[in-house]
Amino acid sequence: MKTPIGNMLLVLLASFIGSFAAVFMKSGAGQLRQGWLYMFIARDPPFFNWRLASGVGLYLLSSYFFVLGIRPPGELSVLYPMVSLGYIFTLIWSRIFFNEPFTRVKFIGLFMIVVGVFFVGLGSK
Amino acid sequence: MSAAITDSTQIPEKPARRQPVGLVFCCTILGAAAQILMKTGANRMANPGLLGMATNLPLMGGYCLYGISTLLLVLALKDGELSLLYPVIALTYVWVTALSFLIFHDHINPWKLLGIVFIVAGVAVLGKGGRR
Repeated sequence: MKTPIGNMLLVLLASFIGSFAAVFMKSGAGQLRQGWLYMFIARDPPFFNWRLASGVGLYLLSSYFFVLGIRPPGELSVLYPMVSLGYIFTLIWSRIFFNEPFTRVKFIGLFMIVVGVFFVGLGSK
Repeated sequence: MSAAITDSTQIPEKPARRQPVGLVFCCTILGAAAQILMKTGANRMANPGLLGMATNLPLMGGYCLYGISTLLLVLALKDGELSLLYPVIALTYVWVTALSFLIFHDHINPWKLLGIVFIVAGVAVLGKGGRR
């Protein structure tokens, strides 16, 4: 493995932050007003949808670390599977924060996607 | 009479649950197009720096598509389960692989093909689960 540990940590950090970005976006989406033009205006006081704003901010931060992490000499075959760790984090946060149940369908679907992302990384030399 | 009322109130309890997965589906297509545009923009970047980026049309177009794709994701998350929708974003890999093959003539090897098959199958499983 030639991938420096620094690249791995950056990509791990990116997927960790990304999973929280998703949590904040979901939470902010619940506060959305009827029309989507009111993107950052919440239904209730204090009206600024800070959850959605933080979600988008974290998303940008996550893609920044991701871009830093996948620079050469980082190998995508090693780094892409770490991205799909973010899906597993999100599965856990969804249960903790939104009471979404673990189901067999989710486990099977997620497992197949993680394997798929691994293979795509393997093929991206 | 009261039975008829409860009957009519029970009917709309099953909403069309497939819409959020469809929205994320569109979001991944836009996200992939954004990545391709950004790559095109990065390839023809004359001078790095803020002005060079701002005048780079493909790059800016890519950012705009990313914005729209994020918006669709938020709308999808409003109605759907996060744990079900978030992994569907992996479809982006499928579109990016297909588009890079078509536009940049990148090679598709058996590993990538196998990966695509797995991702599509996994998304299909999740999509089916979202209907219930």
